[in-house]
Amino acid sequence: MSAAEQLLPATSVGTEPLFAVRDLTRLYGPDKGCQGVSFELYPGEVLGIVGESGSGKSTLLSLLCGRCPPDRGSVQYRDGSGDWLDLYAASEAERRTLLRTEWGFVEQNPRDGLRMGVSAGANIGERLMAQGVRHYGQLRAAGLDWLQQVEIDPARIDDLPRAFSGGMQQRLQIARNLVSSPKLVFMDEPTGGLDVSVQARLLDLLRGLVRELDLAVVIVTHDLAVARLLADRLMVMRRSRVVESGLTDQILDDPQHPYTQLLVSSVLQP
Amino acid sequence: MNTLIEVRDLAKTFTLHQQHGVSLQVLRGLNFTVAAGECLVLHGQSGAGKSTLLRTLYGNYLPAGGSIRIRHAGDWLELVGAEPRQVLAVRRQTLGYVSQFLRVIPRVPALEVVMEPALARGWTRVDAEARAKALLTRLNIPERLWQLAPGTFSGGEQQRVNLARGFMVGWPVMLLDEPTASLDEANAGVVLELIGEARAAGSALIGIFHDRAIREAVADRYLDMTQEDLAHAS
Amino acid sequence: MNAQAIPAREAGYNFAYLDEQTKRMIRRALLKAVAIPGYQVPFGGREMPLPYGWGTGGMQLTAAILGADDVLKVIDQGADDTTNAVSIRRFFARTAGVATTERTPEATVIQTRHRIPETPLAAGQIMVYQVPIPEPLRFIEPSETETRTMHALGDYGVMHVKLYEDIATFGHIATSYAYPVTVDGRYVMDPSPIPKFDNPKLDRSPALMLFGAGREKRLYAVPPYTRVVSLDFEDHPFQIQQWEQCCAICGSGDSYLDELIVDDAGSKQFVCSDTDYCAQRAQQQESRP
Repeated sequence: MSAAEQLLPATSVGTEPLFAVRDLTRLYGPDKGCQGVSFELYPGEVLGIVGESGSGKSTLLSLLCGRCPPDRGSVQYRDGSGDWLDLYAASEAERRTLLRTEWGFVEQNPRDGLRMGVSAGANIGERLMAQGVRHYGQLRAAGLDWLQQVEIDPARIDDLPRAFSGGMQQRLQIARNLVSSPKLVFMDEPTGGLDVSVQARLLDLLRGLVRELDLAVVIVTHDLAVARLLADRLMVMRRSRVVESGLTDQILDDPQHPYTQLLVSSVLQP
Repeated sequence: MNTLIEVRDLAKTFTLHQQHGVSLQVLRGLNFTVAAGECLVLHGQSGAGKSTLLRTLYGNYLPAGGSIRIRHAGDWLELVGAEPRQVLAVRRQTLGYVSQFLRVIPRVPALEVVMEPALARGWTRVDAEARAKALLTRLNIPERLWQLAPGTFSGGEQQRVNLARGFMVGWPVMLLDEPTASLDEANAGVVLELIGEARAAGSALIGIFHDRAIREAVADRYLDMTQEDLAHAS
Repeated sequence: MNAQAIPAREAGYNFAYLDEQTKRMIRRALLKAVAIPGYQVPFGGREMPLPYGWGTGGMQLTAAILGADDVLKVIDQGADDTTNAVSIRRFFARTAGVATTERTPEATVIQTRHRIPETPLAAGQIMVYQVPIPEPLRFIEPSETETRTMHALGDYGVMHVKLYEDIATFGHIATSYAYPVTVDGRYVMDPSPIPKFDNPKLDRSPALMLFGAGREKRLYAVPPYTRVVSLDFEDHPFQIQQWEQCCAICGSGDSYLDELIVDDAGSKQFVCSDTDYCAQRAQQQESRP
């Protein structure tokens, strides 16, 4: 499937948001966790959440994807039929279904996001099976197709994830998530822990897929280069608060907040 | 007169928190408009804020105050305070930016780099590739370089790839930051042709040109920036 | 063989060994299980005079439902005459004083390890199955809390993952016993380690099926005339085992056959696993002129 041939029209400024967060707060201690976070995400937008360790970005991600209830505030998602769902007013069943169908979650460590004991094809097909696909031939075809899209040799469809390198496991995790055509994907440091050249290949893949599939993405990263490459907009977090947010290249080229200026100036240039 | 971009009372200040909060007010009280087919040339010494102005118009720098209104999708849009996705939509459809520095995304071949603005607008790969190749040929980038990533190209080659990318599609408003710097006469001539074609197609251009001859060839009006060069405010 | 003379109950034991309160507790759990077909109900399993893994779960269920007028049959891999079957049958004969039988149509309660009799069951009969691991998801999900959540939410995608793996590895679904089924269109259940050959017998059977796991302390049930469907793929449908041979004793071509090595040279013979069925067929053939 060629990227360009399937291109969707540019995001119109008039469409409704896909994801709305209001005053989201969860604190474990003074300034530990996250507080007062509000934003809206539109279809096809990539939001980067950057910050150093302890900034609260991981807490925020858990709150956003339904894994952890907030002390205060709300997370709302507009589902496939256009209805707004309040994430924490919904049942556990609805949240789990959402995470399996319209949402994706790419874990930092691929071992957390894969079933290590079953083959690559089974890993990719699981979401489809969970949605009721009962045709082995179709499942296998989907597996082969997605392995190709994430640039893994399709001949390895029956291999266990144990046999894959870290970068390949991560790409398999991405395929496993995207097979259900999600509209919103959460990524937790997807390139962390990978060798630089492997990272580069993964980033290229992500860039291509995000554009091609018009995914809305929330990506947490401490790496500003990754943020610049993938994100349309950024939120900079420090000690549980969002200190600055806006267009990615504006934040990185013309940071306003003292902390952001510190962060940007600290990045080493090879 | 068909005004496409309107700037009122634009101000830009840099506050360097790392350097004891030193404040540099680079732009203040700027007012101008540019109409379709017009080329406004920014004029002033180095450090006067010409590049800063272009970057501020593009949204790369955050304005400190004032208004930038642009004619986008049949309506006026205020860029100061606009949502990121609105700015990105404007950058995709309406506002083009050509600088002498190509921001290199590693591993993407030169041809893809040039095709990208067209693909983002929904052109087919076939059409985009044809035009990209035509532009690269015009700008004297040899075919053997088309499938290579520009990271290893010379400064001049990178600049010409950037120019091809910049003129790939039509922009109602174009910002040109030293597009002919470090180009030889032949290539500079090509750029002049491209600028001429853009103007004829109805684009409004705002540009910085270091070369006096080129400046005089393209400019309809000048905006003198020297008065904007203010002393540091502490 | 007809029902044996009813033996006297041994003194010193309560009827069927378990005390009445325990039996009440188990019956309440059984009622809940029958009301929610295929759902695993926890129960307060008692210590039985056998170790775990020898049928304590099945025995507790049998003990709870047995009445003085019941006729009990006990089979182990289809046979009434193996050590385990004999022991359990004798256990209930001694502690409950109930009549026992080897004839399937005569039994009111049949406790079984790993087979369903070939003779079709009738309304009013109860099958009690001995179950080692009641959780069909255990092979892929070790966490108990997680499997309970999966059952509650009907989150059964992983069951098909296992079947997919089989087909990818072996070219066909390799599970041949304890083949998972969907009960009443809702819960996925492990039918105990019966061969998949027997799975169709569960579907809409007139008999009541009760399943007891002693070590895990869970019981579950399939009421009469309930839909029980074996999991499969559209392009790899469920199939039962087949043999080329017929039973060497009774000549049956459609019962589950055991493969026996009959001499040191390795000669094989195939005989019905269900001893009662085989014996009845053989007897009928003999009595024909």
